[in-house]
Amino acid sequence: MPRVNYTAPTTVDEAVKALASAAGLAKVMSGGTDLLVQLKSGRLKPELIVDTKRIPGLIGIREEGGFFIIGAATPGATLSDHKGLEHAWPGIVEGADLIGSTQIQGRASLAGNLCNASPAADSVPAVIAARATCTIAGPNGRREVLAEAVCTGPGRTTLEKGEFIVEFKIPKPKARQCDAYLRFIPRTEMDIAVVGCGVNVTLDAGGTCTDARVVLGAVAPTAVIVDDAARALIGHKLDDATLAKLDAAAQAACKPITDKRGTIEYRTKVAGVLARRVAAIAFERAATR
Amino acid sequence: MTYLDKASLKVVGTRPIRPDGVDKVIGRAAFGADMVMPGMLWAKVKRSPHAHARIVSINADKALKLAGVKAVVTADDFPQIKSEEAFVGEGPMNFRDLSYNCMARGKVLYDGHAVAAVAAMSPSIADEALDLIEVEYEVLPHVIDVEDAMKDDAPVLHDDLFTSGIDPKPTKASNIAKRIGFAKGDMATGWAEAEVTIERRYTTKPVHQAYLEPHACVVSAGADGQCTIFSSSQGQFMVRAYCAKLLNIDIANIRAMPAEIGGGFGGKTLVYLEPVALALSKKTGRPIKMMMSREEVFRGTGPTSGGVIEVKLGAKKDGKIVAAELTLKYQAGAFPGSPVGPGCMCGFAMYDIPHVNIVGYDVVSNRPKVAAYRAPGAPISSFGVESCLDELARELQIDPLKLREINAATDGTKAAHGPTWANIGYLQTLEVAKNHPHMQQPLGPNQGRGVASGFWFNIGGESAAQVHINEDGTATVVEGNPDIGGSRAAMAMMAAEVLGIPYERVRAVVADTASTGYCFLTGGSRVTFATGMAVTQAAETVVTDLKKRAAMLWDISPEAVDWKDGKAYPAGPNAGSFEPLSLAEIAAKSGRTGGPINAEISINAQGAGPGFATHICDVEVDRETGHVKVLRYTAIQDVGRAIHPSYVEGQIQGGVAQGVGWALNEEYIYDKNGRLDNPGFLDYRIPVASDMPMIEPVMIEVPNPRHPFGARGVGEVPIVPPMAAVANAIADAAGTRMRDLPMSPPKVRAMLDEQDPPRMAAE
Amino acid sequence: MSKHHVTTVINGEPVEFLCESQQTLLDVLRDELGLTGSKEGCGSGDCGACSVLVDGTLMCSCLFLGVEAEGHAITTIEGIADGDKLHPVQQKFLEHAALQCGFCTPGLIVAAKALLDTTLNPTEEEARYWLAGNLCRCTGYDKVLRAVMDAAAVMRGEASA
Repeated sequence: MPRVNYTAPTTVDEAVKALASAAGLAKVMSGGTDLLVQLKSGRLKPELIVDTKRIPGLIGIREEGGFFIIGAATPGATLSDHKGLEHAWPGIVEGADLIGSTQIQGRASLAGNLCNASPAADSVPAVIAARATCTIAGPNGRREVLAEAVCTGPGRTTLEKGEFIVEFKIPKPKARQCDAYLRFIPRTEMDIAVVGCGVNVTLDAGGTCTDARVVLGAVAPTAVIVDDAARALIGHKLDDATLAKLDAAAQAACKPITDKRGTIEYRTKVAGVLARRVAAIAFERAATR
Repeated sequence: MTYLDKASLKVVGTRPIRPDGVDKVIGRAAFGADMVMPGMLWAKVKRSPHAHARIVSINADKALKLAGVKAVVTADDFPQIKSEEAFVGEGPMNFRDLSYNCMARGKVLYDGHAVAAVAAMSPSIADEALDLIEVEYEVLPHVIDVEDAMKDDAPVLHDDLFTSGIDPKPTKASNIAKRIGFAKGDMATGWAEAEVTIERRYTTKPVHQAYLEPHACVVSAGADGQCTIFSSSQGQFMVRAYCAKLLNIDIANIRAMPAEIGGGFGGKTLVYLEPVALALSKKTGRPIKMMMSREEVFRGTGPTSGGVIEVKLGAKKDGKIVAAELTLKYQAGAFPGSPVGPGCMCGFAMYDIPHVNIVGYDVVSNRPKVAAYRAPGAPISSFGVESCLDELARELQIDPLKLREINAATDGTKAAHGPTWANIGYLQTLEVAKNHPHMQQPLGPNQGRGVASGFWFNIGGESAAQVHINEDGTATVVEGNPDIGGSRAAMAMMAAEVLGIPYERVRAVVADTASTGYCFLTGGSRVTFATGMAVTQAAETVVTDLKKRAAMLWDISPEAVDWKDGKAYPAGPNAGSFEPLSLAEIAAKSGRTGGPINAEISINAQGAGPGFATHICDVEVDRETGHVKVLRYTAIQDVGRAIHPSYVEGQIQGGVAQGVGWALNEEYIYDKNGRLDNPGFLDYRIPVASDMPMIEPVMIEVPNPRHPFGARGVGEVPIVPPMAAVANAIADAAGTRMRDLPMSPPKVRAMLDEQDPPRMAAE
Repeated sequence: MSKHHVTTVINGEPVEFLCESQQTLLDVLRDELGLTGSKEGCGSGDCGACSVLVDGTLMCSCLFLGVEAEGHAITTIEGIADGDKLHPVQQKFLEHAALQCGFCTPGLIVAAKALLDTTLNPTEEEARYWLAGNLCRCTGYDKVLRAVMDAAAVMRGEASA
């Protein structure tokens, strides 16, 4: 790996300063599982790495009011170990848990997964579906944005120079609200999602959907919120007709590419399949919450 | 002497702990990249980003100005050597081609082809220097696919390549290096006799051996011309031979030390880094360490061929196959030398068919030069033949195992490629398969079962081994084949059996090229057979000597001494009455009976017994995603005699897993510019632990009478049947026939959609 | 680009080292500290041959900078056995012939130990998914899984060591 500079600030302000004042490209490192691979391959040639993990609060989960506050650099393994989060948002935990191997789980974080800005990021659909927000620190102070507002395309984000995500704020579920995430990969582990799907639903006491968000990954330049899919669910129970509409809406929202991981036709079909399968899990869970 | 009576064996057939085991579970074993030499530099290779281009110029000035950079080499630093066939590796090779493969001269022929190398004070400096080496290319049209490369108007890689095997020899250069053929009987008669004919076309993609250890070496070239090479390979003598030729070094001036080898599967039967490292070491006067990245392994080293397999079978309604034709087109990569020859020979080797015609083409294209991969060539042709047999069985409504049984080669069958079979165990594998409980397990919805068989020749060849009796009565076995999967244990076991002492009293060492006689490389499933034969004979020579020593101590004739359970006994009452002398007692007194006791045997082992296997595979197909899950796998194989059964099972299980990867997901994917698009374990998808079920190996022992213990090679045949076994299982589960590997989810789903109109209205 | 001075604990021993920013923990272990048991099979976190424990958590040392080790405790394959007494996972790998070439073995053993540190009752499926990040090309995983499950039984006191 070519030479690079490294700093591990212990406050948000120091980190912002380091990022903002770097002459060349400065990259934030939380888990490093994407960043270091990109450095080694030569795809990225930063001048400076800013390791945020020594900033208090960047790793850890706390509950504040109606929210889970998740430090941006919290590794997936920590999310999986948090019983409260796992019960509330099993889909978010599933998504994060699917990023790489057990080894990668010890490192990979929600912020890294989001800011790497891969359309196939596994943790992103369920986080967006839960209407999570990100707290971003930068030279002009802090701002809060919806998770879906961070990525604009493969490898591209709305973060300005000097900015980085400090934490995620995820509202706690309402009664009979829950989520699920599934992805399709060729093997059983270790692959990048060919298609990913997060579904977040709220049911009434009779099992009819009152609110829903369906988010697809890997079928467009960014994760896609499929409003038509949500509309297909809202006001309905999960019967065959509803599932068919959901499937159709999911497929209609796909604007995928053909690449080494799948073709346009295949991704589109599987998006429909996954939407149905994930919705079934989310409905079943929500009914028990 | 032979030891074929299993009941009399005390060590062979048991499962002791391998002698190199502890070092390997505590992280102490030294693999290729684990060695250091004082004052060494780190070197890296600059590789072509183009599939096919003329090298206009290479300018290293900027790189050489970077602090810490010590030298750059290009093809100009290697001698220009003449075209000459080489017989030191596995499969066909030409020394000049290998030289050009290690360092491109004039043209680059594939994405990843080496064009220069740099030595520097640290890996990071070497990395930075690579970017500063300026190479100007004139990009040429390229060709990737094998049939595209065979077309008249295809870009030609080598203007001096004229198809051999065609009469008259063509005058126009082409990418078809060779046409070969095998025939038996009369095809017209065969087709006339056939009541049913079936003709199918199958295709496979190149797949990489994907050994976990990237190529690595540490070398030193002295001012006096003497060189030391420490590297991970399948043969230190192979490394020595290639380096000597490629750099014009006397063989006596090279000492090649075998590192522990982190997997090879045929892929480490040639050299990539060692000659480059030696050139840099000569230039800098310093030791050089080189390691490939995983990306370099995929882009720069040999996978096996992808190929086209056209099969035509003609049968009687009762299932007897009377005519068979096979046409194979194999990718060789950038230089000639695909395993199309063995592919041709293995295709129908399992069957007794009166009229056979086989044609094979060796075709170059802009891909890395192929290297041997486990039963080189056989899995490709067998995927076609064993799938086609399944299709024939369905058409004839005959059980696929029964169809194989009807046509199975037996002792006395003459194979199309020449040999007449003797002592083969193919029928036995079918018999065991038929009666295996696996065949009776009920299948659920979308589940299916497939069977397929496989064949590999196995080879013998040159081997040397020494057995030393140490002064405390222990023994040291010295041989020259890198231990790629437990062969030290097998060598020690055979020596212990002959000497009559416990396994733990015998240690086996894999020695460097200066410390043991010549051994052909570890490949072709030859080591337990050939080197094992040398070890056995060396141990027998030692036993003869031990008897002589006892006779001296007792002052009787050596013929009057028996050797049993590690002790000398008087042969009978006439020999005299003496207390038995143990090996340790004789060893302790060896100074008085003529000095150290040891023996070295050098042989060219003949009589390798062929290997046959039959596999049973159950799969479940997810009809919506096209995902195929292997549920259960049973691999039945004639292993001759399992010296160490655990490592025989391991060979079978490992071969199956590689075959399942080949069947389902592994492939080289190129973009439109001829660049490899998946040079990493993320997208070159070998099976992971959660992809596989347990794999049940069933060992049948039909001893090979040409080996003292009856051993056959066991490592290669297990990779031959899986691709067809999986395809046949998918056909059974989903009613759809996959004829193009890999049978990845998008392809399976597409086939299902063709067969089964989409159900969802919106689709 | 001056080197970083890093203070850490490796296999129970206090260790100080100097490293450049871009050197991974794997580079440092292998090239600076002579701990070559951790292997580089891919350098991208896809093969697990470089697996180590950082404060008890399983990680790929190829995706962890050496400088990040400051203040952390690292366990490598060289620290799994207790002196000359092998860990049950190591012993069972030997008994079950769960290694052929042995290159992926250190990573598999570190990963399997991490699993059994977490649970002594893994199902075979749990063990397979836990170990999915440790590629093995030789064994087909069969004997590896048998060794791990048997080691778990030993550690539960249900099987002989």
